[in-house]
Amino acid sequence: MDDKVSIGMDSRRITTTQRETTRPFSLKRQPRLGESIIQGFLLFCGVLSMFTTIGIVVVLGSESIAFFRQVSIVEFVTNTVWSPQIDEFGILPLLLSTLLTSTIAMFIALPTGLAAAIYLSEYASSRARSILKPILEVLAGVPTVVYGYFALKFMTPVLKAVFGEANVNIYNMASAGLVMGIMIIPMVSSMSEDALSAVPRALREGAYGLGATRLETAIKVVLPAGISGIIAAFVVAISRAVGETMIVAVAAGAKPTFTFNPFEAAETMTGHIARISGGDLSYASIDYNSIFAIGLTLFLMTLGLNMVSRRLVRRFREVYE
Amino acid sequence: MTEKQTDTANYSLTVRNMNVYYGTFRAINNVSLNIERNKITALIGPSGCGKSTVLRSLNRMNDLVNGARVEGEVLFHEQNLYANDVDAVEVRRRIGMVFQKPNPFPKSIYDNIAFGPRINGWKGTKSEMDDLVERCLRQSALWDDVKDKLKESGLALSGGQQQRLCIARALAVEPEVILMDEPCSALDPISTLKIEELMMELRQRYTIAIVTHNMQQAARASDYTAFFLMNDQRAGELVEYGPTGDLFTNPKDKRTEDYITGRFG
Repeated sequence: MDDKVSIGMDSRRITTTQRETTRPFSLKRQPRLGESIIQGFLLFCGVLSMFTTIGIVVVLGSESIAFFRQVSIVEFVTNTVWSPQIDEFGILPLLLSTLLTSTIAMFIALPTGLAAAIYLSEYASSRARSILKPILEVLAGVPTVVYGYFALKFMTPVLKAVFGEANVNIYNMASAGLVMGIMIIPMVSSMSEDALSAVPRALREGAYGLGATRLETAIKVVLPAGISGIIAAFVVAISRAVGETMIVAVAAGAKPTFTFNPFEAAETMTGHIARISGGDLSYASIDYNSIFAIGLTLFLMTLGLNMVSRRLVRRFREVYE
Repeated sequence: MTEKQTDTANYSLTVRNMNVYYGTFRAINNVSLNIERNKITALIGPSGCGKSTVLRSLNRMNDLVNGARVEGEVLFHEQNLYANDVDAVEVRRRIGMVFQKPNPFPKSIYDNIAFGPRINGWKGTKSEMDDLVERCLRQSALWDDVKDKLKESGLALSGGQQQRLCIARALAVEPEVILMDEPCSALDPISTLKIEELMMELRQRYTIAIVTHNMQQAARASDYTAFFLMNDQRAGELVEYGPTGDLFTNPKDKRTEDYITGRFG
């Protein structure tokens, strides 16, 4: 009864205090300042990263052009000696070292990370998961310089003990690559686990309902269904390895060397950029320009990887809804 | 005693005093039920009455739910499915399942059907597998729709076709019993009718237990009906079980009558 009275009063108040129309409310468009400000801010954030990328490309490009005026692209990509002191600018030793360390890292990170992801998503009890995941994430949070010294002070002695003191250089690509692989495991496992967990439960039940074991369900149903996310994880991992700087700068060596022997010291592209840019180079010199050419090469590599991954992801995507 | 034995011979599955718990919550209270061989048994009841839980306990699908626990016996060929030495994987190979939402694997139609035999150690030749795939698709009345596109993804089919693919997939491992958990709830009436006709066909070779929300479906397409209801502790109980005709025309329990006449639920 009380309710009805107050409703009556409310409607009377609306009709008397608002404009003298008989309409109880207005459908006119309202200015919403807050909405516009937030929309503008969001746009700004999106555009900011875009312009940063453009800025990087412009700087890399213009400095590289200055470099390629003096060194031909053909020499850059075919010469096996990188020695600025004697005007030898061949990217191959740096590139080879980058590829070797990254390949070693991927041999560690991809299988281990994927296996960990399968365990976490398909086997682990929620209790086991709640213990394992934070530990893996700690691994991801260790600063890379710490990993660098871990490679130098732990992994290299281990390699020396296993393969012989004389066969393994104190600075070597194998140690840097192995530790880089360990560093990347959490990234692979966490991204892959997300991909596997996103596979609908209904698909697993379908497999179990046909008499599939856990392993069969994981390998033959869940993994193929989540493959696009896993490929994305792998490609991000490769990009990460190619771009990793600190570990290789500390542990892989500080001299560009064209060698396929992973136990030798050889400087990677990133390691070289870090070392040279830390020294006292004059801005106008060809040495200075050369690191931008290396940077551009790195940039193109990761760009290429991203494009390949987009294509693979689209190709393998299995839509399950 | 002898009479009991001849009785069980007609039963594909015998549920005795089954209680199902999710953690400490008792979801099913003391259900006993015989699933007749080569018949269609419908499990009906309002939402939350535990009919799906009962169904999923018949092939140990509830093992996959964290904290689920089953007490009592489910006898299948005189073996208790919940005995310690029983392998749930073997159970599910013989007691297949079709789910509420069609869930074909993101693979080709052919591979969807070949999946079951392959994981169960298929040793035949390619052409034998081709025959098996064709036979299963014919049994599930899907062959004419898909015979020209076996290599296409199972997900490209319509909802009703997907569900028939899932039935074909279940048939390929040659189970004895097929459990269907509201197989038509995501389908339109025409697809529903096709699935029901299909069930009537399959009954000759398989035992079927189906959970359905749809009382008309139970009345149309089943031989036996079990009616479940939640008790005061929210645990599902079997209220009445009998031949579908009897249960719908002459219910013994007042609650069954109320439900089937639409007075609640």
